Amino acid sequence: MPVLWLRVALAFYTVGLLYALLALTGTSSRLSRIALPAMSLGMVFQFVSLSESVVRSGQIALGSVNDSESLLAILVMVAFLIVFLIYRTTSPGIVIFPLVFVLTFMAATGQQPFLVTSPGLRRGWLIAHIALIFTGYAALFLSFSASLLYLAQERSLKSKKSGGFMLRLPALEVIDEIGYRSLLLGFPFMTFGLVAGMVVAQAAFGRIDLFDPKILLSILMWAVYMLMLYTRWNAGWRGRRAAYLAAGAFVAAVIAWSANYFSAIHRFVQS
Amino acid sequence: MKFQLIGVNQNSAPVEVRERLAIPESRLPDAVKRLAEHPGVDEGLILCTCNRVEVLTQTKNGSADLRRFLRDYFRLDPADYESHLYEYHEQEAIRHLFRVTASLDSMVVGEPQILGQVKEAYATARAVGAVHSHLDSLLTRAFAVAKRVRTETAVGSSAVSVASVAVELAKKIFGSLHSKHVYLVGAGKMSELAARHLLAHGAGSIFVANRTFERASQLAAKFNGQAIHFEELYETCDRADIVITSTGAPVTIFRREHGERFLHRRKNRPMFFIDIAVPRDVDPEMNRLDGIFVYDIDDLQQAVSSHVADRAREAERAEAIVNYEVERFQARLQTLDVVPTIVSLQDHLETIRQAEIDRVRGRLGPLSPEQELAIETLTRGIVSKIMHTPITTLKTAALEPEATTVIDIARRLFNLEQKDRKEKKKAAESGGGESGVES
Repeated sequence: MPVLWLRVALAFYTVGLLYALLALTGTSSRLSRIALPAMSLGMVFQFVSLSESVVRSGQIALGSVNDSESLLAILVMVAFLIVFLIYRTTSPGIVIFPLVFVLTFMAATGQQPFLVTSPGLRRGWLIAHIALIFTGYAALFLSFSASLLYLAQERSLKSKKSGGFMLRLPALEVIDEIGYRSLLLGFPFMTFGLVAGMVVAQAAFGRIDLFDPKILLSILMWAVYMLMLYTRWNAGWRGRRAAYLAAGAFVAAVIAWSANYFSAIHRFVQS
Repeated sequence: MKFQLIGVNQNSAPVEVRERLAIPESRLPDAVKRLAEHPGVDEGLILCTCNRVEVLTQTKNGSADLRRFLRDYFRLDPADYESHLYEYHEQEAIRHLFRVTASLDSMVVGEPQILGQVKEAYATARAVGAVHSHLDSLLTRAFAVAKRVRTETAVGSSAVSVASVAVELAKKIFGSLHSKHVYLVGAGKMSELAARHLLAHGAGSIFVANRTFERASQLAAKFNGQAIHFEELYETCDRADIVITSTGAPVTIFRREHGERFLHRRKNRPMFFIDIAVPRDVDPEMNRLDGIFVYDIDDLQQAVSSHVADRAREAERAEAIVNYEVERFQARLQTLDVVPTIVSLQDHLETIRQAEIDRVRGRLGPLSPEQELAIETLTRGIVSKIMHTPITTLKTAALEPEATTVIDIARRLFNLEQKDRKEKKKAAESGGGESGVES
């Protein structure tokens, strides 16, 4: 059943995906009116799917690949909705919607559920680790999408041609603020999430192998994150340079995620 | 019912004519009242703005002589203005009203005031009782059409002048202009205008730098701003978010290296340069710096003209909406037309049926309930079979142009006019008292 609900959610997210693609081609469409309601409905179904899966397994099975992708998608949507409530703009959706779609797609079509199982795991720390890290990811994605929008808007202003979907983007400084704020808010989550991960690893293995790919990549991602904040504070980097850094952090995050498939200590094991 | 509209606007008549036909606001209620009392007029409304004077009426039968109303009311030489009048009937009158209300007939297409002016005219006419039924629904529809045009097309959303384009661009960069600083370099009329626009949209403070410090002080005083010596220009300019330059300098004042320095000091917060000087004050190279946006006078002009082109395209879409709405409104009016006829036709036949039953009742003697029921069913069946075709024909005819003819024929065939009148009389009499006299 959870997979069924997830597929219903996916159907709704398809509307958002189409909206994003059409927006990029510059055609204004009726979709723009239904994209937000459709995405919100999708979120509801995804939430149902997640809760059901938790209830069924009788435990927080967020360690499973499917559910965690699903959780990440829902957190990204929550971040998006918060931005929408504050700034009344759906523009970040152009980037966020496809991302949510892909995450949900992977979750809905995924193989058998895997579980992170390690002897002696401390569940509290594990849950904290996952929740914090994912919130950090969501903020990072949002910030990344804001950078892309910033570039698009900057380019449209520089080219001195108005029209198309650029007309509907929020003002440059507003986009900048969205990106910066989500970066700023996401950082503590990411940091504490990593710390919690360390604690879990320490408890499970007694020592931390810094050269394990998962740990190495996570630290790299965190370093890029830190660098983004630093350049922003210090030199006010924004626009193109900030977008490159955000893209770097995004790539690092994706690689760190995929490291789950070959890391020795942070592996999704078949349950 | 018939709608009729007569009037002048900025295209049909020069201002000398329009001003003579203008009715001051204080005398408008009285004028509308007189219009409503004019022979043949059932409902009336007068719209009077600086660009147009229009008289709209609804007449029950035939048409009212609105030219005569103008002659009687203004007591001017008709030769002075009659050649400038336009007159519309029925569908064309509806269309004209919809276009006016949606600001498609305005001098500046899409300007928002006209809707408010029509609403005021409507309120005035309603207050004196000159608008009560059909005009009421027509006006209500016109407001809805105007709203539809405004929300579904971009008519009216685009700026028109250079100064307002500058404001629009600034908003696209900074979002809110609140607490943004504006720096005027050179104290020309045009930059003053742009500054005024920016301030009106919430910009915070103004700095003015000019070769002659006195002139800078004068202008700064006007805006409650701060005058700055020209030599301090490069030291102070990074404080500004928006820089408007209009000096007569033969070479550029701001070059790439200045821009880099400003950005460094501002920690890369964006800057917007509006260069309205010819020759230009800002090196176009500056536009290549991340975070600096330079628009010269040509760019602004181009934005203005692209807005105008946008408007023309949007206006076309708006016209399509208006056309569609006119059709819809007419269709509704005509079905309304036909409803009373159908009702009185049904009443008429029902009366005949009852009368006939009563007439034969005595001859039949006592009847069992089953027999009563059989007679009832039989007579009802005959009546509704006979009625079926005329009613369907009326309903379909309502949507055709010949609706009124068909309705007329139906009324005459069944003698409905006379009957209706009789009934009214009866109702008035049974209402009793002093109101029993036919009005």
